[in-house]
Amino acid sequence: MNINFEHTQAAHCENGVTMNLLRNIGVQKMTEPLAFGIGSGLFFVYVPLVKISNGPAIAFRTLPGLIFKRTCKSLGIPVIRKRFNSKEQAEIFLKECLETGHPVGCQVGVYYLPYFPKEYRFHFNAHNLIVYGKEEDNYLISDPIMENVTTLTSYQLERVRFAKGALAPRGQIYYPKEGKPITDDVIKKAIKNGIKKNVRSMLYIPVPIVGVKGIRYTGNKIKKWRGKLGLHKAGLYLAQLVRMQEEIGTGGGGFRYIYAAFLQQAHAYHPVDALLEISKMFTQSGDLWRNAAVQAAGIYKGRIGSQEEFNIMGDYLLEISELEKHAFEALAKIKWQS
Amino acid sequence: MKKEDVPQDLSSLGKITKEVCYATDNSGQYVTQLSRGWDVKIKALDVAWQDIEDRVAAARGKVLNKQASPLLFFMERGLMDIAILAGYTGFWKWQVKRHLKTAVFEKLSYKKLQRYAEVFNISVEDLKNMNVHEH
Repeated sequence: MNINFEHTQAAHCENGVTMNLLRNIGVQKMTEPLAFGIGSGLFFVYVPLVKISNGPAIAFRTLPGLIFKRTCKSLGIPVIRKRFNSKEQAEIFLKECLETGHPVGCQVGVYYLPYFPKEYRFHFNAHNLIVYGKEEDNYLISDPIMENVTTLTSYQLERVRFAKGALAPRGQIYYPKEGKPITDDVIKKAIKNGIKKNVRSMLYIPVPIVGVKGIRYTGNKIKKWRGKLGLHKAGLYLAQLVRMQEEIGTGGGGFRYIYAAFLQQAHAYHPVDALLEISKMFTQSGDLWRNAAVQAAGIYKGRIGSQEEFNIMGDYLLEISELEKHAFEALAKIKWQS
Repeated sequence: MKKEDVPQDLSSLGKITKEVCYATDNSGQYVTQLSRGWDVKIKALDVAWQDIEDRVAAARGKVLNKQASPLLFFMERGLMDIAILAGYTGFWKWQVKRHLKTAVFEKLSYKKLQRYAEVFNISVEDLKNMNVHEH
């Protein structure tokens, strides 16, 4: 059961799975930034009251699964997606897919993922990888964040496919049903739609905790963390923020650099110079997120810790919120030629 | 971020794989650059693990004082909460909550203990006695 499959490393798992699965069915022009941008991947949300690993629930990207779904839909490629109640059924279906020549994306938890270093194995269930074959009891695995392909035994794979807890994958499997010729015009349209959708999700969702408003909200919250939680816990919260922002798969700067790269690639399809200017704004935003992370690290390392330092930290987010607001407003105003 | 500014501080992940970062080259074009890690991230992860160790130590204390069953210790050590532990063992959350009480835990059948032991990758004996084998 071997499928001819080419593994390309990516920054982010779902982008990588999307890119690799689409390339495998002939969409050679798919890149990680294009997948991310067409899938309207950039986001921000701070969910108050909910705790993840005893810290704040913050995300810099859209909900798991949406990037693949939106990108395929925009390109007009039908998708097969299944979840299972039974582990046996899940493996039977996986084998059928491989036998019919389909590499498949699997949602997995990283807690029992043996090739990850122990330090990274939290109960995080929204990781994605590709299974592209089986040799004896070993499944052939392409994990997009790894430089090289690897393998998992059937027991190891079953365990991660049926990880438990929040966002439990329930054996979820997905793949593009069939390839079809994708013209530049289709990609052009997909880029335009992806940007429009991202403008909506960052600017116009009428809740204060998402998009650019969510960034401002978080900035203001951070200023109160020290008084409310005490220095120790406030430091833990900041460490969690930084991990969500920079940990495996964001490409740096909470996905802002990938988005800037996407706008540059978009320019190759739509020669509108504003795209390049706005790309620079996202680079600047990514840099600001990184500076904020350095400030946060000063606090959780215990080097600094006064209220003034928390104010500086919060102000970074207020500045970023303004900058991204301008950037998305500029994207909303673009006059598309086609 | 410029390509040459992508940090290369060796992290525990960096020993296994480098990570892809997006950065700009001299002409301002985005390219990918592999990174071995970033000190700011390494410290953030260290802080998270320090917190876990504190929780595990507190749990151990509670178990030794008979304020909780050894499940609490292994649950914290496995970075789990009641919901996750219930998910993996197939017990209901209210059952797990009861099993965290010393008196209830002591009366659990071998079969039930085994369900917990398997999730924690330990033996039933170790579960009962809060034994830890580092590997």
